[in-house]
Order: sequence, then C-alpha cells, then structure tokens
Amino acid sequence: MQVPAPFEYERAASVDEAVALLARHGPEARLVAGGHSLLPMMKLRLARPEMLIDINDLSDLDYIRTEGDEIAIGAMTRHAGVLDSAVLAEHYRIFAEAERVIADPIVRNRGTVGGSLCQADPSEDLSAVFSALRGTAVIRSESGSRNVEMRQFHTGPYETAVGAAEMLVEVRLPIRPNSGSAYEKVERRAGDWSIAAAGAFVQLDGEGRIADLGIGLAAVGADHFTCEEAEDALRGGTPSEEAIARAAAICAEGCQPQADQRGPVDYKRHLVGVLVARALTRSAARARGEAA
Amino acid sequence: MTATEVPAPDDTRTPGGNPLGFGRMLRKEDARFLRGQGRYVDDVVLPGMLHGAVLRSPYAHARLVSIDTSAAEAHPRVKAVITGQTLESLNLAWMPTLSGDVTAVLATDKVRFQGQEVAFVIAEDEYSARDALELIDVEYDPLPAVVDAKHALDPDAPVIRDDLEGRTDNHIYDWEAGDAQACEEAFAKADVVVSEDIIYPRVHPAPMETCGSVAHMDKVTGKLTVWTTTQAPHAHRTVYALVAGLPEHKIQIISPDIGGGFGNKVGIYPGYVLSIVGSIVTGAPVKWMEDRSENLMSTSFARDYHMHGDIAATKEGKILALRVNVLADHGAFNGVAQPTKFPAGFFHIFTGSYDYPAAHCKVTAVYTNKALGGVAYACSFRITEAVYLVERMVDCLAFELKMDPAELRMKNLLRPEQFPYTSPTGWEYDSGDYPRALSEAMRIAGYDDLRREQAERRAAAESDPSVPLMGIGLSFFTEGVGAGPRKHMDILGLGMADGCELRLHPTGKAQLRLSVQTQGQGHETTFAQIVSHVLGIPPEDVEVLHGDTDNTPFGLGTYGSRSTPVSGAAAAVAAQRVKDKARLIAATSLECSVDDLEWEHGRWFVKGDPTKGQTMAEIAMAAHSSLELPEGVEGHLDASVVYNPPNLTYPFGAYICVVDVDRQTGVVKVRRFIAVDDCGPRINPMIVEGQIHGGLADGVGMALMEVIAFDKEGNNLGGSFMDYLLPTSLECPSWELGMTVTPSPHHPIGTKGVGESATVGSPAAVVNAVLDALQIRAADMPFTPAMTWRALQGRPMRPDLAIE
Ligand SMILES: Cc1cc2nc3c(=O)[nH]c(=O)nc-3n(C[C@H](O)[C@H](O)[C@H](O)COP(=O)(O)OP(=O)(O)OC[C@H]3O[C@@H](n4cnc5c(N)ncnc54)[C@H](O)[C@@H]3O)c2cc1C
Repeated sequence: MQVPAPFEYERAASVDEAVALLARHGPEARLVAGGHSLLPMMKLRLARPEMLIDINDLSDLDYIRTEGDEIAIGAMTRHAGVLDSAVLAEHYRIFAEAERVIADPIVRNRGTVGGSLCQADPSEDLSAVFSALRGTAVIRSESGSRNVEMRQFHTGPYETAVGAAEMLVEVRLPIRPNSGSAYEKVERRAGDWSIAAAGAFVQLDGEGRIADLGIGLAAVGADHFTCEEAEDALRGGTPSEEAIARAAAICAEGCQPQADQRGPVDYKRHLVGVLVARALTRSAARARGEAA
Repeated sequence: MTATEVPAPDDTRTPGGNPLGFGRMLRKEDARFLRGQGRYVDDVVLPGMLHGAVLRSPYAHARLVSIDTSAAEAHPRVKAVITGQTLESLNLAWMPTLSGDVTAVLATDKVRFQGQEVAFVIAEDEYSARDALELIDVEYDPLPAVVDAKHALDPDAPVIRDDLEGRTDNHIYDWEAGDAQACEEAFAKADVVVSEDIIYPRVHPAPMETCGSVAHMDKVTGKLTVWTTTQAPHAHRTVYALVAGLPEHKIQIISPDIGGGFGNKVGIYPGYVLSIVGSIVTGAPVKWMEDRSENLMSTSFARDYHMHGDIAATKEGKILALRVNVLADHGAFNGVAQPTKFPAGFFHIFTGSYDYPAAHCKVTAVYTNKALGGVAYACSFRITEAVYLVERMVDCLAFELKMDPAELRMKNLLRPEQFPYTSPTGWEYDSGDYPRALSEAMRIAGYDDLRREQAERRAAAESDPSVPLMGIGLSFFTEGVGAGPRKHMDILGLGMADGCELRLHPTGKAQLRLSVQTQGQGHETTFAQIVSHVLGIPPEDVEVLHGDTDNTPFGLGTYGSRSTPVSGAAAAVAAQRVKDKARLIAATSLECSVDDLEWEHGRWFVKGDPTKGQTMAEIAMAAHSSLELPEGVEGHLDASVVYNPPNLTYPFGAYICVVDVDRQTGVVKVRRFIAVDDCGPRINPMIVEGQIHGGLADGVGMALMEVIAFDKEGNNLGGSFMDYLLPTSLECPSWELGMTVTPSPHHPIGTKGVGESATVGSPAAVVNAVLDALQIRAADMPFTPAMTWRALQGRPMRPDLAIE
C-alpha cells in the first residue's frame, strides 16, 4: 500500500470558510477537490501538505450556466459534468471532445475543473482548452475576488496565479456566435496523458474570414498552453488548407516538447502540426455549420 | 494419432443446472468474488499482527557505505529494523535462486538494481512502517550501471556480481540446441536467406494483486504459517525448509485467493523471507504487502530477449532452416524460474509449427543492473519468445519473397500425418491438424476479402495521407505445456509430477485435493467437472481444495499452463481409480460378477437389467457400511495419485489480426482479432474462452504498449501504471474465436493446456499486422504511436532504452 506522510484534515462548508482556513494554516495547507492529482502525489510522497482542506461540500461551485453573453463554470464542476453539459455542447464542442479522452470515468466522476487548472500539470487537457478559449479565472481570497486571464493563469509547470490563501472559484468564457471548436489528442492508451494535444476554436465573419480564433496545446511545453504567433498568422484570413498548414507549422516549431517515453521531440513536434491542423480544420468546418 | 472428433455433447443437466462433466457452467468461485467475499492475502488479519515495509535502493548500481537505522528504531511505533547485516548474522542475507545463482534478501555489499531491498521496518501499522523508512539514513557510493544488454560483455563493463568469487565479467552462460552443422549446410544451399534483429523487450506480468505475505511463527508449537501470494505453495514450503533450515512438517503455506499470477508469483521474494524473519524476531505475525511500484520494479519481469534470426528457404518458399542467436538479459541475479535442465526455458521449440529439417539456437545470458526474473508472464517457459521469433522470421521471409504470408505458412505447416512429430531440436509434438486450424481462421476472417479491401485502401492512400493504412497479420503457434516428465524436468531437484487425492464421503459428495493453485483460472470449477466427467456425479457435488499445504498433496504448482495437463490428468486418474473401486463394491452389493457390470453416467448396473444397479452415492454409502467386501478391497471410496506426465501436451492455434494505422500520428487501432485455438477437448468452454480473451489482451498490450525501459543510469521507466501501460477494453476489439479439437493421445482425457496459448500466440499477429500496414519488413514492438511513426520514417527506436 502506498501511504502518504502524516497530515491534518478539515472540511470547509463554504468558500469563505475555505479561504479563511487557507489563511489560517499558511502555505503548507492545500485544498483538496477531487483529489485525483493531489492524492496520488501525496501517496508517492511527492507532495506533503501538512493540512488538507476538503472543499467537496462546496456544491454551490458545481455549475455550468450562461450569464448574458458568457458561460460560467464553477470550480467544483466535475469532469463528468463538463462532458455531459448541454450548455457546453451547444457552444463549445471542444469540451466534450477533450473530456472524453481525459483519464477514465472513475477519475472524471471526481476530478474537478478547479483542480485540473490549479494542478497546472503541463499535460492537463483542460488547461489547453481554457487557454484556447481565452477564458477568465475568478479567484477569491478573504479580501475579495479578482479576475485573471486564463493565459496569465499558469505561470509555469505546477504554478499558477492563485496565491497561498486564495482559491479559484469560477472560470468564465465569452459566447462566440458563428464559431466552431474541436479537440485532438493522441495518447498511448485510453486514460493515458497526452503525447500531444491541440484544441482550437474558429469564429468566422460574414465573408468566411477568421474573425477570431484560439489555439490550445497540452503536453508539449507551449507557453501558456498556446501559440499566439500561429493565431496571429491566421486571424483575418480564410481558413484555407495552406493557411492552416502554415499555422500548424508555427505551432510545431514554437512549442518546446521534451523527450520521454511518450515520444522523442521530433515526433512530438510533428504531432503538434498534425493535431493543430486537424483541430483548426474541424473548428472552421463547424463554424461554417458543416458536419465535422 | 490425429483423432479430430469433437466429443459428442452430453445434454444431461444436474440438479444444480450444470452439465454432467464437460460443458459451459458458471464458475463456482465467482459466487464469492462477485460479492466481494474473496479472501486474499491482504484480507488476512491476525491478532497482534505487525506490518513490514521495505526500503529500496534508488540507485541501479552503488556500493553500500553505511546504514543508520537509529532514527527509525526510535519511532514510537516501530518494533524492529532489519538490515543486511542482521541477516548476515543469521546466514540469511543471500538465498538461492531457482537457477543455481544466489540473490540478496537485503543488500550487504552493493545494490545492483533500482528498487532492490535494502532494509525492512516492522511497525505497529503500515503508515508508521512507511514513515520510518524515511528515517533510515543510507549512504551510497554510486557506480556506473550496466543498462544495455548489448554492452554487458564489453571489456570495460563494470562487473556487477563481484560478490561471486573470481567473477571478472557479466557473462552467465552460453547454451545451445539443434544442429549448427546441418544449418550451415542448409543455408549454403538456400535460394533466399533473410536475417533480422528482433527484440522482445522486457515486460511485466503485472497481476492485479501485488505480492505479499503474512508470516506467523508460533513460538510455542514451533509452527510457521505463511499466507502468501504463491502459484506454487508446496515448492515454497520445501524451499523455506531447505534455505532457512526450518523443519518442513512445521511449515504451512496457505495460498488463499490469488488475484492473478501470470508467472509473477512463482518465485520467492525477499519480502516473503523478511516477513518470516520479522515474525521470528518480533514473536508476532508480520504482514508485508508490496505496492504497485514495488511490484513492477522488483518482482519477476519477463522476456528481455535480444534475438538475431536467420531463415533459409527455396525461392518457392519452402523453409529449409532457421537459426537464432539470443542475448538474454537476466538482470542482476540469475533468478529465472524453469526446469533445471533448461536454462533458456523451452526456447528451443522455436522451430515452431513448420516442417523443415535444420535448426540451431545459441543463447548467451548476461547480468545487467536490472531486476531479476526472466520466465514469467504466461510465457510457457520462453515459448512466447520462440513463437515471436519464428513468426516474425516467417513474415520477413514472405516480405522478401513477396508472397502472401498465409500462403507461405500453409506451404510449410506440419501435416496431420506427421504426428507424433519430432522437431529438429528434439521436441515430440503429440498431435495436431495445423492446416485445418489456419483454414478455419482464414474462413472466419474472410481473408481474401480483407486482402482485397487492403489493396483498395492502399490505392486510395496514395493520394490522401489521412486514409488509414490497413494491415493484416498472421501467426501460427505451437505451445508445449504441462511440465513435465520427471525424468527430464525438475525445479530445484523436485520432479514435476503432481499429487492428487479424491475422496467420496458416505453420501457420495466428493472432495478433491490438488497440489496446483488457482490464481483466477477457475480450478474449483474445471477440476470438479473433470471428476464429474469420469464419475458421473454433479460438479456441484465436488469440492476442490487447494492452496493449503497442510491439506493437499505435494506438487509443483500452477504455471506454464501445467494445471490441466498434469494435475488435470492426476484428477482424471484418481476419479478413474474411484470408479474402478466402485465397480468392485457395486458387484459385491449387487451380488454379481464384476464383469457383469456396465457403466452409464454415475451408475454401475447389471448388463441387460438396467433397473438393477447402484449410483455412486449408493456405492459410497456401501463402501462405508458394514457390507463385507471381497479380499483386497479396503473400505471407503477414495484414491490418491501421483501423475508423472509422459510428455508435454502441444496446444496450437492460428491467429489473424487486422489493424488500421494513422500514418500521420502513428496511432494503431486493432480492428479485428480472429483466434482459432486447439487445446483438445474443452472442459468448460466458457473458461477456455476467458483464458483466451485474457491472453489476447496481453498480446495486444505487449505489441502496442507494454515495456519496461531503463535510462542510462538504470532508472526503471515502467514503475507505475501511468508508465507501464496495460491495455483496456478500448484497445481490444471484440474477439472472434474459433476452435478445432485435436485430443492429446497421452493425456487421460485428451486435454491440453490453454492458459498461456493466447499470450504466446498473439503478439506476433499484432506486430505482423502493424508491419504489414506500414509495408516495412521489421521494427520492434511495442508500437506506441511514437515507435510506429519513427518506424514509418525509417528511423526506428530501441524499445528497451529511454527515448531521447
Ligand atoms: C489515472 C489518471 C489519469 C489522468 N489522465 C488525465 C488526462 O488524460 N488528462 C488530463 O488533463 N488530466 C488527467 N488526469 C488528471 C485529472 O484531470 C486531474 O486529476 C483532476 O481533474 C484534478 O482535479 P481534482 O479535483 O482531482 O484536483 P485535486 O487533486 O483535488 O487538486 C489538484 C491541485 O489543485 C488544487 N486545487 C483544487 N481545487 C482548487 C481550487 N478550487 N482552487 C485552488 N486550488 C485548487 C489542490 O490544492 C491541488 O494542489 C488524470 C488523473 C488520473 C488519476
């Protein structure tokens, strides 16, 4: 049996209580949401928080809803909830496509949106999705609430903008008419982390030109899980095969994958190119209302 | 003998709704497993039980400078800390392996692989035991590690086993079989010679339940009881007696429910020994259960064969000869489990299922800084490697000859009239009809249609890179299972014959005591069916007892698909003896001559007067009654047998795999898998199919994802289930099974083993399919997306080393 080092445990009944407990116990305290990232690390003794603050009672943070021209997703929304969400299915198919290939149903039933983003694993699929969609994180502390752009949220591997006495409570996304989105991931086996993954949305104007787009990349060392240079290259143009291929090539060059047992660097770069092209092509087709 | 009749199905149903004898029935053991009421080693809780945990080496190769255990010993819940030094004082720091070597229980001089056992903490609970591990201060002096087997014999390679007197290199043995001269001549005459390097990388059996034990030395009675995860409880008892000098009659090994073995639970691990030492030292029962990483990093691996094959043939595709040179990576200690006279297991059955006169193999085994093991993972003592080699070489030949691999196989398969067939390396195959099995597989697959579809796809793919490539792969295997004739086969000097005891109680209900131990194969069901088949009593009336050495006869255990061929035969013979004795008793009861009695299921009756007869239950009661029995007939109704198999049994099969490969990403999808198996008559077809399903999943796993690689420092890169990937249902197609039935002529009920057939036969089919899709002659598995893509680029990677 793998067992964690000793730790204390408290359960928070509200967001206020959770942030108060964080403030009280200092930097050696950690929130535990689904526990699917934190607990394995504790069992391997790679993480050794002295205090766990359980936020699983905060069911008021488990929601996906539209608010005006935005979608709001609570931090305690489980992967399974994201996968099944009708709101997201209507506006952003990228979510269901990403969620289908995140871990397995057991992990998805417990793992949360907040935990995924705050874990800040360089391979986390939802980080790539939210980066592609340029969401906004809502962060709470005892002194109030602040917003951070998703692309500023991750400050490095396993590091985020969330401070020691803060918690992520929500992510917000603009609703984009005439847009389509898609997610592409290659893994060695179902339930494995990505070798590389790419997500995208494409929003078209009346002439079929790209009014806006976003690209998200997971597991390949892309800055902030994206590649803005490739986005800039496409924005304003038509999503032609050549233009997409060019953008895909920029992504492949711009990312910094590491060789590991999932693959060597040349393969991962190649894969980024293939997956970005596929995600963009399908996003554009969906934006045009074509089946894809 | 080439008898090929399927035994006529008997439609009789027992009161329990089961078949009388052979047929599909639900597994008896599932009633408890499905309710979560199995009892595994970790479920054993004894009063006052303590918990052990092992400190393991972070280095692959390092000198042990010092160990300071004082802080761990000061932990309030720690009872004892055992180091190699403690064991040295008991003369237990080293123990013999099953291959004539020794292995460290706890390291004394050096650590020789990452994960090697360095110290053992015994505490009041498992949390404290693990906490205390961190309090042990070990100073290591790291040494360069031997990681790549290909460099283990380099003159400047560090010597791993300097503990062995006079050792100056990492060479373990050279061993050969076959006729090198005959090969030489055949190759000289051949039109075509194809050579290839083929790696069967290191994999791990990875059973669901990890290894563990609970040891209890009763100081008052002097009796040692060990609940442990073993596939061979009797062999373990004898080894403990021999190694630790404990009296064997005071040792009881209990192997309760076992959550999968696949070869991983044959050997004796340091943890088992440490739990015993721990119990002796503390006077309390000690439980040790390893975690997943410990299981993957330190217990028996499988394969790790680096092979070079040469195949010779005529230009028409008639195979003339096959030869192979193997570099075998045995890890830091030679801990291979196999019959003594077979250092490379049964690898020299590599001539496979084909008819050609000349073959030769040479195996060189070396030490490396990796965990020990070697024969494990459902491999039938290296027949997996052998089948992989020959089936890959045949495909390489087909590639060179531009011949359809099915046609090439058909041309060379042994013919039914050649059985019993003595292979060029000396195996006597008992029975088979190989062309029939291959034809059946091709029929189920719709082989010609598949090839047509493939041609169309290839044409379409020329203009569109996103069209997946389709591949069709075949393999044909001959297994050799049921070790084995005691004249040739022993483990640590113990002949591989199995005992068995059958007793009918007065009311006709039976108990069958086996030496083999189930790890999920369903022995409690199939062995009851064997008795039912012979005695005509319902399988629900037969209780199968196994796994407790105090209650079962001696035998060597379950591995190498040997349960049915050896213990199954023992059970059938025991039942036959009971049946014969029942006849004598019935004749007495019915006051007729023995020759006047005829048998129908479960009943002896007087010829010509079926109303006058006795059922087994009636006979059993009579056997225990005051009935006066004839001279020489003892009362009661029982039999005890030691079965010494005259030969192995040789199951075989033809497999076809269809894959689709995304050329751009390298992703391989197994679309179909057709498996035609011939294991003789099927005792319980459902259980046979379950065994085959599992083995096919193993094959897909090994072909596509399973591998334990090491980096330059000797770090194990497969030490968790996030790194060591096992296939899931999503990677497995819905298996399409077929069968032919060719009984074994020398087995009392004609059955052959089947536990490992699919693991042995399937990897080559998947790999051949992938390479057929890529139209490449050779590349090594596992075909992860990266490996596949790089193979397609013409820059294949080594699977056994870290990807750089
Ligand atoms: C077998 C397995 C396979 C997986 N495969 C994938 C995969 O393919 N792709 C993928 O993307 N992910 C994968 N994951 C990761 C999974 O998505 C995450 O484990 C999970 O979603 C993280 O969420 P959680 O709620 O479990 O986080 P927890 O483990 O509870 O927490 C993770 C971290 O986030 C912090 N945290 C949690 N919630 C908050 C909050 N509201 N505010 C601030 N900090 C917070 C915690 O303190 C902790 O540091 C896999 C996990 C497992 C176990």
